[in-house]
Amino acid sequence: MGPLFPQELISEEINILIGFFIGIGFGFFLEAAGFTNTKKLAGVFYGYDFVVLKVFFSAAITAAILLFFLNHFGIMDISLTFYPKTFWIPTLIGGFIMAFGFIIGGFCPGTSICAAVTGKIDAMVFVLGAIIGIFAYAFSFDALWKDLRNSGAMGNVNIAEWMGISDGLFILLLTVVAAVAFFAVTIIQKKVTANRDYEL
Amino acid sequence: MNSYLAGIFIGLFMVLAYYFSGEGLGASGALKSVVVASVDAVNHDYASNASFFKARVGGEHSPAKTWLVFEVLGVIAGAIISAAFAGRLKIEIGKPTHITNKKRLIAALIGGALFGIGSQLGRGCTSGMVMSGMGVLSLSGFIGLIGIFGGGYIIAYFFRKLWI
Repeated sequence: MGPLFPQELISEEINILIGFFIGIGFGFFLEAAGFTNTKKLAGVFYGYDFVVLKVFFSAAITAAILLFFLNHFGIMDISLTFYPKTFWIPTLIGGFIMAFGFIIGGFCPGTSICAAVTGKIDAMVFVLGAIIGIFAYAFSFDALWKDLRNSGAMGNVNIAEWMGISDGLFILLLTVVAAVAFFAVTIIQKKVTANRDYEL
Repeated sequence: MNSYLAGIFIGLFMVLAYYFSGEGLGASGALKSVVVASVDAVNHDYASNASFFKARVGGEHSPAKTWLVFEVLGVIAGAIISAAFAGRLKIEIGKPTHITNKKRLIAALIGGALFGIGSQLGRGCTSGMVMSGMGVLSLSGFIGLIGIFGGGYIIAYFFRKLWI
């Protein structure tokens, strides 16, 4: 029963090797989806290309549905994974800072790594910027960030439980919202690109 | 490739990551490891005492951090394989034509720095915190989603000249 590594059912060496191969799949499909094209990425905020929203939500929902069934049928215990703990204040503020990073820089860390290694000079500069940003954060951690980063601690919070509904119902609602969004953005994209040519 | 199909495949790899390793798919954590390792190599005493670093260096061995670095090495290999097959391996600056190269590169540097800071404060980036968090229905992932994408829509108008 999964997850395998947290229960020591596979060795650390095998786990790292598996991580490498999983990374290959992730990188391959990020590149294949067009995520190394900074203009396509920015399009989600200006309505001329919604590849980010489509890929992002299909990935999250595919994973949520499969993990729900794996957990439900006892094939994998989600509570044994390295579950992301919720610290709502720094995540909301950090998310907003990342929004500026995304719109100004045109990438996020994963997409910038893919774009940098496939030849995009602007992505190489973005990765360099991200490393500089992490250095700056690290050296100012005690003075500026330490208290903020640990504020709003809520522990392991499942959003469905937090809303008082079942996991299955939440995933169903999320899927409906995504389906409506997929339909809506297709119309928006058609309208936005009908009046003007956007380079991609 | 069709966006939905690419998304489904990324979702499948996320499930594999959780099943085998108990981890989601990350990116910014590997960049943090680069920073921590370089500071540790240059000044080990500082890294052993400053609070940001001391939890991450020294005798304490962290398999999760090592896993993420190898996962991102895989991402690099996967992106190169896909681009090579599709004929997209090309040195260039990605930007709209009305922006100068200099302006694009300065914006990329500033944006990268902000993303670097935000991902540390927010405890992960678009992949490791938001997408992978949403996959296991962690509240954190949905708050990150609101921060990054909700925030993005609020401020997009003010930066439109960079893109359109």
